[in-house]
Amino acid sequence: MLVAQILAVAIFVIMFLLIVIDKIERHHITLACGLFVLVAVFGIAMRNVDAIVETLNLRSIFTLNFWYAAGEAEESSAGINWSTIIFIAGMMIMVEGMAKAGFFRWLCMRLAKLVHYKPIPLFVTFMIMSAGLAMFIDSITVILFLAAVTVELAKLLKFDPVPMILSEIFCANLGGSATMCGDPPNIIIGTSLGYSFSDFVTNTGIMAGISLVLVVVYFFFVYRKELMTEESAAIDPSTLPDPKEAIVSKSHFAISCVIFGCAVVMLVTHAQTGLTVALIGMVIAVITLFTSGKDALDILKRVDYKTLLFFVGLFMVVGGLEQTGILEIIAGFIGEVSGGNLKLMVAIIIWVSAVASAFVDNIPFAATMIPVIKSLAAAQGVDLETLAWALSMGTDIGGSATPIGASANVVGTSVAAKSGHPIGWGKYCKSAAPATIIVITVSMLFIFARYC
Amino acid sequence: MGKQTIISVSREFGSCGHRIAERLAKNLELKLYDRNMLDEIAQTKKIKVEYLEKFEERPRNLILSRRVGNYSNSMEEIVADMQFEYLREKAESGESFVVVGRCAETVLKGYDGLISIFVVGDKDKKLSRVEEKYKLNEAEALLKMRRHDKKRKQYHNRHSDFKWGDSRNYDICINSSKLGWERTEELLENYIRKRMK
Repeated sequence: MLVAQILAVAIFVIMFLLIVIDKIERHHITLACGLFVLVAVFGIAMRNVDAIVETLNLRSIFTLNFWYAAGEAEESSAGINWSTIIFIAGMMIMVEGMAKAGFFRWLCMRLAKLVHYKPIPLFVTFMIMSAGLAMFIDSITVILFLAAVTVELAKLLKFDPVPMILSEIFCANLGGSATMCGDPPNIIIGTSLGYSFSDFVTNTGIMAGISLVLVVVYFFFVYRKELMTEESAAIDPSTLPDPKEAIVSKSHFAISCVIFGCAVVMLVTHAQTGLTVALIGMVIAVITLFTSGKDALDILKRVDYKTLLFFVGLFMVVGGLEQTGILEIIAGFIGEVSGGNLKLMVAIIIWVSAVASAFVDNIPFAATMIPVIKSLAAAQGVDLETLAWALSMGTDIGGSATPIGASANVVGTSVAAKSGHPIGWGKYCKSAAPATIIVITVSMLFIFARYC
Repeated sequence: MGKQTIISVSREFGSCGHRIAERLAKNLELKLYDRNMLDEIAQTKKIKVEYLEKFEERPRNLILSRRVGNYSNSMEEIVADMQFEYLREKAESGESFVVVGRCAETVLKGYDGLISIFVVGDKDKKLSRVEEKYKLNEAEALLKMRRHDKKRKQYHNRHSDFKWGDSRNYDICINSSKLGWERTEELLENYIRKRMK
């Protein structure tokens, strides 16, 4: 077993390093490392075919529970989490359909018009919209459209888009933490531990809501000078683009709005209806493709299959750590350090997750930590939910602290730089790092007060 | 000149590649794009050119930057993309020009008028030129040469499917030390004029 453990850890570390170095596409890295886990760790070192079958987890797809869960369903976290993959694929297809119809650009322009293009209301509205959209749509798409519209408006209205883009990025990450489908770590946590959409909303959602109020005030305070100066500039609204121009096709626009509405309703009520996220993902994908007509193939081609393959490989590598008992050792270590004190466990999980997610991809980190908190809860007799919310907030919000911490940060800063507004580490961290500390502290205190 | 001609000159540090490119541009009456393209980019984007220069033709910082799909927040890669876009626009407009470095032979691959050149040099000749030009001793010159070549190689290989200096991917690879830079330029000019016909 020792050889298998060493191999599993070595493959995991190599995978992480290769992802950071970014010389090879990350889905190639995780798939190759995953295959190596199956062959070298399970096949050669452990000679355990069951471990391979469990990690591939294909059987789960053919069970009724995978698509429809009548009661409280808890999915095993071992191996490839197909629910997460199918759900994300479905959301990607839906979002592609919405983007093609011009939904996001229309929404941004419509809200900008509603607040009469005034910088301060625009600043606050876009922050709230960023958080609101990120609750249901991946933060990369949210920021991609918001940052592009912000740059466009900044050019027309002659203001500096950087404060707005930085606050939008932070709010997109914050909004993502509020729901089960907002951020990949939450989807993995939810599907692995059997939590519903409403479980997230009534726990991380409350923390995110309180934090959003604080963060809006914080960013306004940080950028008040820039916003006040810009507020005085006179604007002629007739020179600005009409939101209607953003709609590519009225029929597709209406259909995509309905599909989005249905997706939200299905997600919000899935604990009551018994529909699993995998089924919801599948249904919205099929409806989107069915209603897209001849554009269906184009939408399918635009799906980021690389991210889906990245997840497949990642789950296999984490499966290696799980099957060899490495994650139990880590859980035992956290248990020992905390001496069974739940508050200390929460503090360790939330802050270690936050610091790690600020520098490395939070998805592999969350996927690795789920079995850890599961073992920790079982061994120490503490409530798993409490640890899960700490992990969720730590991984989702920690990534906001640096320009490389989360995908939305990379996309937002890239869009800004390409338009002539480079955002270096100093400029980014100056506002985002304190905001991250504020939100993590608030979340930790909330968890202490409510659960410990 | 009717037919579009784009001459990309890649070079080892100290091989006189830049000087050859300058002379080619002058004799063929073409515009030369090198570091100067940053001035125009800086003006369009309203960024200080000195800021962009810090990141030009450099490999990205592996630890401090990340890529998500087609989006990178590495300033080195963003500046490279800005230059690639600039070159593509120039090429698309039908303009003929000479470009030094900037992965141009990869970025503009597919344009019929592209002539790609890679200039190398003998180590001793390159060294003595670097020593003379930058007033350095041999050890310092060697270090500088290695440092620049390493950066160019990393930059190129990051943005191209083939390796920097791989003769299979250039129209001409030439050692400027054998004929000297002026006669090398003459030879290249002859070749280009024949290709332009």
